[in-house]
Amino acid sequence: MTDHATAPLLCVRGLTTTLRTDTSEFDAVSDVSITIGRGEAVALVGESGCGKSLTALSLMRLLPSVARLSPPTSVTFDGVDLATQDDAEMRKARGRKMAMIFQDPLTFLNPVMRIGDQVTEAIRVHNVLTKAEASQLALESLERVRITAPAQVMRYYPHQLSGGMRQRILIAMAISCKPELLIADEPTTALDVTIQAQIMDLLADLRRELGSSMLLITHDMGLVAEYVDRVYVMYAGEIVEEASVFDLFAAPKHPYTQALLKSSLSVDRRTEVFETIAGVPPNLANAPKGCRFHPRCPVAIERCAREHPGFTDMGNAQRARCLLLEEGA
Amino acid sequence: MTGTRLLLYALRRLLQAVPMIVIILIVNFFLIHSAPGDPVDVLTGSMETSEEYIAELRAEFGLDKPLVQQLGIYLWKAAHFDLGYSMRYRQDVTGLILSRLPATLLLMGTALVFSSFLGIMLGVFAARRPYSLSDNAVTFIALAGYSMPVFWLGQILLLIFAVQLQWFPVQGMFSLRVPSHGWARFADLMHHLALPAITYSVYHLTLIYRLTRVKMQETLTLDFCTTARAKGLSEASVVRRHALPNAMLPVVTVIGLNFGFMLAGSVLTETVFAWPGTGRLLYEAINARDYPVLLGLFTFLSLMVILANVLTDIIYALIDPRVTYS
Ligand SMILES: Nc1ncnc2c1ncn2[C@@H]1O[C@H](COP(=O)(O)OP(=O)(O)OP(=O)(O)O)[C@@H](O)[C@H]1O
Ligand SMILES: [Mg+2]
Repeated sequence: MTDHATAPLLCVRGLTTTLRTDTSEFDAVSDVSITIGRGEAVALVGESGCGKSLTALSLMRLLPSVARLSPPTSVTFDGVDLATQDDAEMRKARGRKMAMIFQDPLTFLNPVMRIGDQVTEAIRVHNVLTKAEASQLALESLERVRITAPAQVMRYYPHQLSGGMRQRILIAMAISCKPELLIADEPTTALDVTIQAQIMDLLADLRRELGSSMLLITHDMGLVAEYVDRVYVMYAGEIVEEASVFDLFAAPKHPYTQALLKSSLSVDRRTEVFETIAGVPPNLANAPKGCRFHPRCPVAIERCAREHPGFTDMGNAQRARCLLLEEGA
Repeated sequence: MTGTRLLLYALRRLLQAVPMIVIILIVNFFLIHSAPGDPVDVLTGSMETSEEYIAELRAEFGLDKPLVQQLGIYLWKAAHFDLGYSMRYRQDVTGLILSRLPATLLLMGTALVFSSFLGIMLGVFAARRPYSLSDNAVTFIALAGYSMPVFWLGQILLLIFAVQLQWFPVQGMFSLRVPSHGWARFADLMHHLALPAITYSVYHLTLIYRLTRVKMQETLTLDFCTTARAKGLSEASVVRRHALPNAMLPVVTVIGLNFGFMLAGSVLTETVFAWPGTGRLLYEAINARDYPVLLGLFTFLSLMVILANVLTDIIYALIDPRVTYS
């Protein structure tokens, strides 16, 4: 019993997601390990295209047909390995154990279905309820995400709502079955600056109310500082550093993290934050040999082009993939 | 979205169709007048006519008056559903067309419903198993059906199922000795309807199948289907509740637009099976150079196509909440 309570909620080990294109096959996500404790909020940050969304979809097992999980992936949720679970069991986990909030609230809502039906559906999938009971719960979900006049909004179609309202609807659907883990994939990127803060505060409040854990995927180091406990930094499909928020901002170990923080502090946090890192992220189909960051790294040494770095433990649950740390530099 | 707003929208779309209808009538009018010889020849067709009748026609259509005035008379008559008189059938053209209309509507309606329904079912089935053996098989058959000439297909079906196997009657709508009412008459009608309806359906069926398959495949990869799966819905529910209603929007449009093609197709099918509808009437009128009937049919068919388009727009507005009625 104590074991159950203290064991982490989600334990991802060696997550590898293979993409198949017309010309090649490659790992877009390789050997990713993430641990999320109960009630903990964790961020996954990195440049566009580094594999953050694919990581999230891998956890939900919602990959597009061109992608698949490869060994040695294991995704232990509450003691059960989801990676090897059959489809029916996996369906029961989706929405009830782990729910997802997506980036673009317009395209992720069904344009020809009423809001009320879309929210009610999320509830009825996992609960045996009459239409009226589910409707009532849907209404309460809308209230919980602070939608004014929820009864009216239930009858609306997505195009009749603002971006912020639509994101609240997606959140209402995600929390409707009180999931233990919320995965939010850039939940505010598509929204106005003023709305962004409202949505993030709402998410933080809801998470506290439900006692859920959260995996927040973002570009935005400002959000990271404000809303999470721990951070994973991703580069070209790999985790390159993990640390508590405090340690990450106080003493980033990986040159990529350092560049990331420098660029995000040098420009307004709401605008594109990575534009000041020199060079472009590698094409994952032929990732560079050795350290994947070495072509862009300001402090790379000759060894970096040859050897793929493993993690170096820096103590205090901080670790990074950098050969310089090994060398003690 | 309310009833009154929809009604207003329907009325406005109908009103917008009026100029189109007038243009068609004007084109028809000039068709009559650009034919070689006296318009009276056109109006009487190739029938023998008395001097009196010709004089009567001249007076009625004001053929001695200026062209503009003649056009006015023609439009005035058309507005009162007066499309002229057929000497050959000794009947007014409007009445003649209306008497042939039920047969065509029955054939067309049956084919349209059958082919749309089956096409959508097969399309959804294939989209869920892309590039599987069954998908490839259905796609191959569909391609064959798509490229098959209606005339040829009708005759092949006739040869096999009516002449050789004698499962179905060769032609017509009813047997000679058939009860005048009741279930036996209905059964006889269905028996006659089967082959022409199938012939009529094939092209439309394959068209709808192919479109549904593509649209379903596309829709199943869209973001809102990912949301639905993330809720924990089964793939069957994602297909039925989310993908299908969205994929149907373009399919409904194509079904509506195809109405016109089906009217044109009815000439071939009705001729092969001697089905007594407007399509066969058109064929007969061409053969007999019965211009009043021919022109009346042109006007009438154009009208039907326009009405079908308006109806399609209204149905689309009903099923897609994003349509604004302005
Ligand atoms: N359906 C797909 N088909 C082909 N390639 C894909 C597909 N989805 C993702 N990829 C590729 O996989 C890589 C990782 O994509 P992913 O969407 O996970 O990036 P991301 O980190 O979420 O980026 P962003 O910040 O822009 O959302 C990218 O190079 C992308 O091109
Ligand atoms: Mg993404």
